[in-house]
Formats: sequence, structure tokens, C-alpha cells
Amino acid sequence: MSDLPATKVGAGRKAPGRVGEYLRALGAVVWKDLAAELRSRELLTSMLVFALLVILIFNFALELDARARATVTSGVLWVTFAFAGTLGLNRSMAVEKDRGCLDGLLLAPVDRSAIYFGKTLGNLIFMFIVEIIVLPVYSILYNTNLFKPGLIVVIILGSIGFVVVGTLLSTMAVQTRTRDVLLPILLFPVIIPVMIAAVKASSGFLQGIEMADITPWLNLLLVYDIIFTAVAFMVFDYVVEE
Amino acid sequence: MIEVRKLVKRFGLKTVLRGLDFHVEPGEFVAILGPNGAGKTTFLRILSSLSRPSLGEVRIAGYHLPAEASHLRRRLGVVSHLPLLYGDLTAEENLRFYGRMYSVPDLSQRISQVLELVGLASRRRDLVRTFSRGMQQRLAIGRAVLHDPEVMLFDEPYTGLDQDASSMLDVVLRDVAAAGRTVVMTSHDLVRTADLASRFDVLSRGVIAASIQRADIDPDHLLAFYRQATSAG
Repeated sequence: MSDLPATKVGAGRKAPGRVGEYLRALGAVVWKDLAAELRSRELLTSMLVFALLVILIFNFALELDARARATVTSGVLWVTFAFAGTLGLNRSMAVEKDRGCLDGLLLAPVDRSAIYFGKTLGNLIFMFIVEIIVLPVYSILYNTNLFKPGLIVVIILGSIGFVVVGTLLSTMAVQTRTRDVLLPILLFPVIIPVMIAAVKASSGFLQGIEMADITPWLNLLLVYDIIFTAVAFMVFDYVVEE
Repeated sequence: MIEVRKLVKRFGLKTVLRGLDFHVEPGEFVAILGPNGAGKTTFLRILSSLSRPSLGEVRIAGYHLPAEASHLRRRLGVVSHLPLLYGDLTAEENLRFYGRMYSVPDLSQRISQVLELVGLASRRRDLVRTFSRGMQQRLAIGRAVLHDPEVMLFDEPYTGLDQDASSMLDVVLRDVAAAGRTVVMTSHDLVRTADLASRFDVLSRGVIAASIQRADIDPDHLLAFYRQATSAG
């Protein structure tokens, strides 16, 4: 064990630009989440297994003809994404809380919204990975073509809305003793607009409804994403404050 | 370096800190002693900007808390009884992550220096979850000094450590203090702190009940001083 190098305490510190510092911190949080997950595979495995079980159960529970399949597909898809996503959000924040790492993040001299957006981006990547795997499996099981550009756009917008709100609320929930049950209780009422809009828009694309009828739902998704991203940006500091 | 005046912290109806006054000169090593529930951790969380004071004034390195907390954090290193480390990352990856969060220049070189300091250079590529509690605590100190902070806050760093790990931590703490940092450490371990600190403050019933310089007390009499302060407080 050696002494500290003979530099004056605090010497050699440079002051990078605020934007550079912000992006570096945001990137560091994303990198940390991905690197840890690549090694443990705890979060993705549990999300994936759960999502696949849900669509399998629905497949057996709903004995559907081709016409009925087209109408329920969007509902089944979004229920699957929401349940698996909630599981992932809970796990993602529990990792931060269990070893006091959330305090470690909050002690960093960066704008706290960078931490929020880093966590959000990480969660969004996990959500997209699950969706990329679930979609082909669903297509095979239900014999439905889900690879439509419009549907992909809806899934991206819906997932953003879900994760933006979910990351904020999971940060609140993780600080309570009942964090596992509290998150869905807090989250599901708030994401009702996203779920309704996503299901309606997805259903529209799957059934080949006119674009004019789908556009209002897409607009709702877009507005929801923008508003809740702004709200999360503004309130995250207060959510994590003791 | 640290100036605290009339600090009050309430959690609902419960008042934990009751008008606490506290002062630390640059380069001092102050041990805050006190029984469980005295408010030591609450006090340190306020100093580390993780908790807001209900009333009173807190100023560290010229920055007021909580208003200027974001400026202060760069000058602050915090070690708590939890390691604040990610088990699924290696020692090096943990330091690299925190180094990026603090924008540490020449990060690779600095990581090597810090791992040498805490005696974990040979374990740099091992996952933190494979480390013993003592090794995790040493790495936690490495994380806290990575950005060269001027003020170090230690919250019960010996919690859960065996004799060997505690002795090794003593060496690391001495190195950290010897670099000219201002150190505040909470503890209820009088034996350990007696050798390290330059001043002892006793926190009892939400206030600093007594304070004494190490030069003014025989280490053998520290326990008597502590008992007197906690019973009188």
C-alpha cells in the first residue's frame, strides 16, 4: 500500500464545459447499467422470461380465430410490454438502492437530471431489447405479421412514454419499504393515456385503418412523451431529495 | 472549512438535530462520537448534501448548503457504511464510472494510483461482489478520494469489519488524512478513533455536547470523557 501521489489535494482539476460534463455523466450512467447487465443478465432475463410467459399464457387462454386475433393483438402486446417493463424498472432501481449506489450517484457534481436521463436511456434500451425479441415470437405464435413500420413507430413512442414516467416513479418507489408493490400502483394509473393511445394506434396499423384515424392517437403519444419528459426533468431533483 | 450554525433537522414530528453548532478548521480530523440514534448519520448526510436541513446554516469550503450543493460536491468525498459500489462491475470499472461522473482528468492513471493507495491494484479486474467487506470498504475509500476532494466525510467506516480489515482501513485513513484533507468521521468506536482524530466531538441528544482536542486528553481518559458528555447532554 503506498501513499497518495505527491500532488496537492484538488490540484489538476479541470473544468469541462457544462454540456460536455452533462453528456459525459449521462453516458457514464448508461454505460454502467449496460456493463453491469451484460455481466449479470438478471434484468433482461427476468423481463424476457416474464414477457414470453405472458404471451404464451394469452395464446392458450384466448383461442382466437384470425379476425379476433387482429383485434386483441395490440392489447396483448401492450399488456406484455407494460408488465415486463414494470419488472425491469423495479429491478433497475433496486440495484441502485441496495448498496447505497443511489447516494453515490446523487453525490456526483452533475445536474441530477443527467442521472435521470441516463437511467431512462438505460431502461429504454432494455425495453427495446425485450420488444425486439418478443415481436417475432408473438408473430410466430399468433401467426400475425407485426413488422409494419407504423406499428414500430407506435412501439417506440409508447415505450418512451412508459419508461420516462416509470423511471421517475421507480425512483420514488424504491425509497419505500413496499417498493415492489408500490411501483405498479403508482405507475399504471399515470400511464393509462399512453396505454390507451398505444393500443388504439397499434390496433389501427394492424387492422389497416385510415391514417387520419390513427394520427390523433400518435399525437397523443407524442404530446405525452414531451410533457412527461419535461415534468421528469423538472421534478427529479425533488423526488430524490431527502 | 466547515461551519454549522443552529442546525435543526426534523423528520415529521421527530427532531433529530436540535440547534447544533459545529466548526472544523482546514486540515483537521474531527471524530464525532455518539451513541446509536444520536443523529450522527443524519448530521453527516446533511454535510454531504444528501439531506436538507430543516433550519440553520451550513457552509463548507465557502459554499452554502443546500443552495450551492452542486458546487460543493466536487470538493467532497463521502464514505458511508454502505460501499456505494456496483457488485457486477470490477473495481476498475467502478472507479472509471465514478471518475467520469466527476470528470476526473487522466482517469486511467488516477485509477491506478488510487488502487495502489487502497491496496487493491492486484484485484482491479475482479468483480466487486467477490470482494470481502473490508476490501469493499477500502475500494469505497478509493472511490471517495478519486477526484481529490478537500473534505472527506466518513460515516461509521468500521461497521462490519473484522480486526484485520479494520487495521488495514486505519492505514488507508491515515494516508487519506496525511494528504492534508479535512476529515470528519462519525463513529462509536472510541479505540479506533482515538489514534486517528485530532479532535473529538460528542454528539448527544441532537447537539454537540462536548468537544476536546486530542492534545488535551490522554487517550486512556477518552472513554470517561465520552461517558461524561453523553450522560450530561
